[in-house]
Amino acid sequence: MSSQTTEPREKSNTPAGGATGVLDAPVPAENAPARSTPAIEEDRETLLKIFHQMLLIRRFEEKCAESYSLGKIGGFCHLYIGQEAVGVGAISALRDDDYVITSYREHGQAIAKGISAAAVMAELYGKAGGCSHGKGGSMHLFDKSVNFLGGHGIVGGQIPLATGVAFASKYKETDRVTVCFFGEAAVNQGAFHESLNMAQLWKLPCIYICENNQYGMGTSLARSMSLQNVAAKAYGYQMESEFVDGMDVLAMRQATQRAIKRARENYMPTLIEARTYRYMGHSMSDPGNYRTRAEIEKYQERDPIKIFTAALKEAGVLSDQDIADFEAQVKEEVEQSVRFAEESPEPDPKELYTNVYANPIEN
Amino acid sequence: MAVMTMRDALNQALREELARDQSVFLMGEEVAEYQGAYKVTRGLLQEFGPKRVIDTPITELGFAGLGVGAAMAGLRPIVEFMTFNFSILATDQIINSAAKMLYMSGGQFKIPIVFRGPGGSAYQVSSQHSQAIESWYAYFPGLKVVMPSTAADAKGLLKSAIRDDDPVIFIEQERMYGMKGEVPDDVDLTIPLGVAEVKRAGTDATIVARSLMVPVALKAAEELAKEGVSCEVIDPRTIRPLDIKTIVESVKKTNRVVIAEESHPFAGVGAEISAEINERAFDYLDAPVKRVSGVDVPMPYAKNLEQLAIPDVAEVIAAVRAVSYL
Repeated sequence: MSSQTTEPREKSNTPAGGATGVLDAPVPAENAPARSTPAIEEDRETLLKIFHQMLLIRRFEEKCAESYSLGKIGGFCHLYIGQEAVGVGAISALRDDDYVITSYREHGQAIAKGISAAAVMAELYGKAGGCSHGKGGSMHLFDKSVNFLGGHGIVGGQIPLATGVAFASKYKETDRVTVCFFGEAAVNQGAFHESLNMAQLWKLPCIYICENNQYGMGTSLARSMSLQNVAAKAYGYQMESEFVDGMDVLAMRQATQRAIKRARENYMPTLIEARTYRYMGHSMSDPGNYRTRAEIEKYQERDPIKIFTAALKEAGVLSDQDIADFEAQVKEEVEQSVRFAEESPEPDPKELYTNVYANPIEN
Repeated sequence: MAVMTMRDALNQALREELARDQSVFLMGEEVAEYQGAYKVTRGLLQEFGPKRVIDTPITELGFAGLGVGAAMAGLRPIVEFMTFNFSILATDQIINSAAKMLYMSGGQFKIPIVFRGPGGSAYQVSSQHSQAIESWYAYFPGLKVVMPSTAADAKGLLKSAIRDDDPVIFIEQERMYGMKGEVPDDVDLTIPLGVAEVKRAGTDATIVARSLMVPVALKAAEELAKEGVSCEVIDPRTIRPLDIKTIVESVKKTNRVVIAEESHPFAGVGAEISAEINERAFDYLDAPVKRVSGVDVPMPYAKNLEQLAIPDVAEVIAAVRAVSYL
């Protein structure tokens, strides 16, 4: 997967990545990135950390679905199952002092950035021990101490915010970068275009990662986007962009590393389009009648955890026993998160009135 | 004490706060090289440079959200809307991001930002460029809404707004930029948010007025004084949080209230003040609370129609007479 530049392009407007491998319909083949296989070139510790995070997030979210069905979690609950490689791969490339800001489908990214599974689960349970102290819920996870600047609930609303965070990093003359995640449906919002224009105009160290899971709620890409090539939209702003197979966690990591280099060294933004797929409905209340079982199963053949596991085994990094050990460890972590959430107290009723203003005025 | 226009008083406040705190920056359409569409930001680019005084594209949602993000990361942005009419494009970021961030993050992310610019009625620019929308912003917990009516208030309140840790909507009346008043020289002049001021003391009726309606109310009070009717004029200055105590204390003394505003009456700030008075001081009222509001129509262009759409001195006088049964 090569980086695309905004230099004059010689031939067609077909993005790099080739036309051979595809993440299938409804994405036009000529617009899709090559399927990749995780190339095991990292050190063992990094690889195992990535594997652990993906597995933890998968099992954590399976538990979320169960807890939601039991009525333990309220409101909207948007699951990330199937998309883990995007968040984990990208965040694995960041420093601790870099920022992540994202949408409402953010449980996995919150965990990857360093919020404990327990603090996330407690937030979903609406408990005082939650990372937003029970005031945000599933869509609004925050933790300032790990530079996780929130899940945001309005489609595309976090994109201008991310641009501002990156603006602040440059204003303060630091080399911190900001990663902003959003779904492909957000690309149709003005907020996306307004932000990319300013980020390139002012050279802001922001990495925009579009998680193209091919459906905006129940509306497919084909029914909602005139140019179904998100990465190509960067050309409109002369911004660097790149396609990535969002099922390949190491491809995500490497693409993010390239973007980070541009951001840290030259304050240049990048748009990354990660082709991925969500297995579950848009939210827990969505039965997903707009797509077939066969379509989902087809993507599950290239499940990001499955293909990463196979690559690690092939490379001799993981044995069957290691995998069993990780499964046991993750199971315990998830159970511990549920115990913490169950035992955490509800917010004190007095908290209803706190945090409305930082400088409250009594009247 | 110097006499200056509200425009220059605001300019001084911006200059002093930019000089005082490196984390303060100013952005908006035409604020830098053009020197401000209304010249409020005149000279600031030359003094503070393009890093801190930034011309934006015409992209209100984008730069409002950029400001909120910068505030999340520790800066103190001042975002100018060329007029508040254009803030309508940015309301998602003002309401869903700025106003709610501190709360939904459980207190982790304060948003010290000022959204400022001219608002209210202008001169013959018709419906889309001439309207008072403070009641929109005043509706939302998490926002503070400020509307100065004098040059000194403009300076002192703007400095407080910039130093405040919450998002502040600061609405400057477009017709008032040229109005002159005395302004103290003190570079640390601040006027606390959330505190009303009695602009004229009186005993027979209370007129609650804000922004452009303050000079109108003061003129009405002057005329009524000639007839022996003593009016107390109160300017809340901050719409949210509203200093209702000062208003209620006045009502308990005068027993009669007129609320003057140039905004539409329906679901407006005047309606809220009226409801508060009814809840807190009903037994003190000798007449129903009377509102004098802008007419409930979009702003027309024709000069005669425009004049009819905005309350004037005669209407305020008539309202005071009505609540006084004169």
